[in-house]
Amino acid sequence: MKTSKTTELMVGMFIAVGAAGLFVLAMQVSNLSGFTPANSYTITARFENIGGLKARSPVTVGGVRIGRVASIDYDNDRFEAIVALEMDGKYDQFPDDTTASIYTAGLLGEQYVSLEPGGSEDVLAEGSEIDLTQSALVLEKLVSKFLFDKAAEGGDPEP
Amino acid sequence: MDRYLSITRRRITGKIYSMLEWVRQLGRSGIGQFEKLGRANLFLLNTLAGLPELVRRPSLLVKQLWSVGVLSLLIIVVSGLFVGMVLALQGYNTLVDFGAEESLGVAVALSIVRELGPVVTALLFAGRAGSALSAEIGLMKATEQLSGMEMMAVDPMHRVISPRFFAGVISMPLLAAIFSAVGIYGGYFVGVGLLGVDDGAYWAQMQSKVDFYDDVLNGVIKSLVFGWVVTWIAVFEGYDAIPTSEGVSRATTRTVVYSAFAVLGLDFILTALMFGD
Repeated sequence: MKTSKTTELMVGMFIAVGAAGLFVLAMQVSNLSGFTPANSYTITARFENIGGLKARSPVTVGGVRIGRVASIDYDNDRFEAIVALEMDGKYDQFPDDTTASIYTAGLLGEQYVSLEPGGSEDVLAEGSEIDLTQSALVLEKLVSKFLFDKAAEGGDPEP
Repeated sequence: MDRYLSITRRRITGKIYSMLEWVRQLGRSGIGQFEKLGRANLFLLNTLAGLPELVRRPSLLVKQLWSVGVLSLLIIVVSGLFVGMVLALQGYNTLVDFGAEESLGVAVALSIVRELGPVVTALLFAGRAGSALSAEIGLMKATEQLSGMEMMAVDPMHRVISPRFFAGVISMPLLAAIFSAVGIYGGYFVGVGLLGVDDGAYWAQMQSKVDFYDDVLNGVIKSLVFGWVVTWIAVFEGYDAIPTSEGVSRATTRTVVYSAFAVLGLDFILTALMFGD
């Protein structure tokens, strides 16, 4: 049984279109095309509280995305979270007194790590650790602190 | 008096007999279902055994890919487009209340890639290709073409069933991928084109929230499973049909009904396994 040329052509086109659909899903829709630098270096930072930070969250400097969170671990001795940051190899001039902070994009957005370079001569390299960190803000803590301050301001609260 | 008693006794025993008869019928249909399940599994094994022959003669597969895959393309593309457009419209109306219409891309992409793409494609596929397969094979059986092949020492399992089965299994993920891609562009036309969601936000939020392995690949696995099950049901029901006009019509109906049940039930199980962390 021979299949006609048109049939073969159309089936070939069908398979190609299907593969193209999958390609669109991979590249245009999902994060596969996102941050995959050819050469990268990993640094770590310790935080008391990472809030809602997740693996693959962005790492930014001045709002520009320069890396991502590779993994999050917990240090059982120091009771702190250890966050490994995978940085694009192009940006390797960060001073070793760079500050890492966890912020939230927008009111309900995802959390990300923001780096603020310091003024030191030495630069961060593979395996360095950032000493200056600022934990994520937890809303409940903030509110309770605010209420506590208000109460302290007002003197003895009326019973 | 004695006569009266015997009549009552006969009535009571009659009732017990009719009840037993009912239980017996229940048992018979249960055994019948199990027999059918066993036949279906043996049938599947036979079908899979046809794979080597299919590799030697790919033209059989190409012909079936045409009728199962290419001819289903139109309905898949049109439905995908409209499903995406409706999702964008509905999602926008809900999200705009929270000032989160920028997340429209995420909402549309996740619901299509994870659920609607594979499930709706499988349901449409069962209606478009599955019913056609059942009817075709059932009619071949009714007109004794299958027995004719056996007479000529051609195994109809390998010649007729295997190419159709594998064509369905190959087509379904491709169709689902096309459905998802078209649906997301349909959502883009409505969301960005008509409702004024920001172009960059639609794609950027989508790319940051949709994961290739967790979302896209799991959707592909789902569509592969659905393709397998739907085509299996379709070819088996056709092959197992009573070889009369009525039998073929019943087989076709059963294909669509069982496929819908199987797809929706399996979808729940697969979702629980894949996204239930």
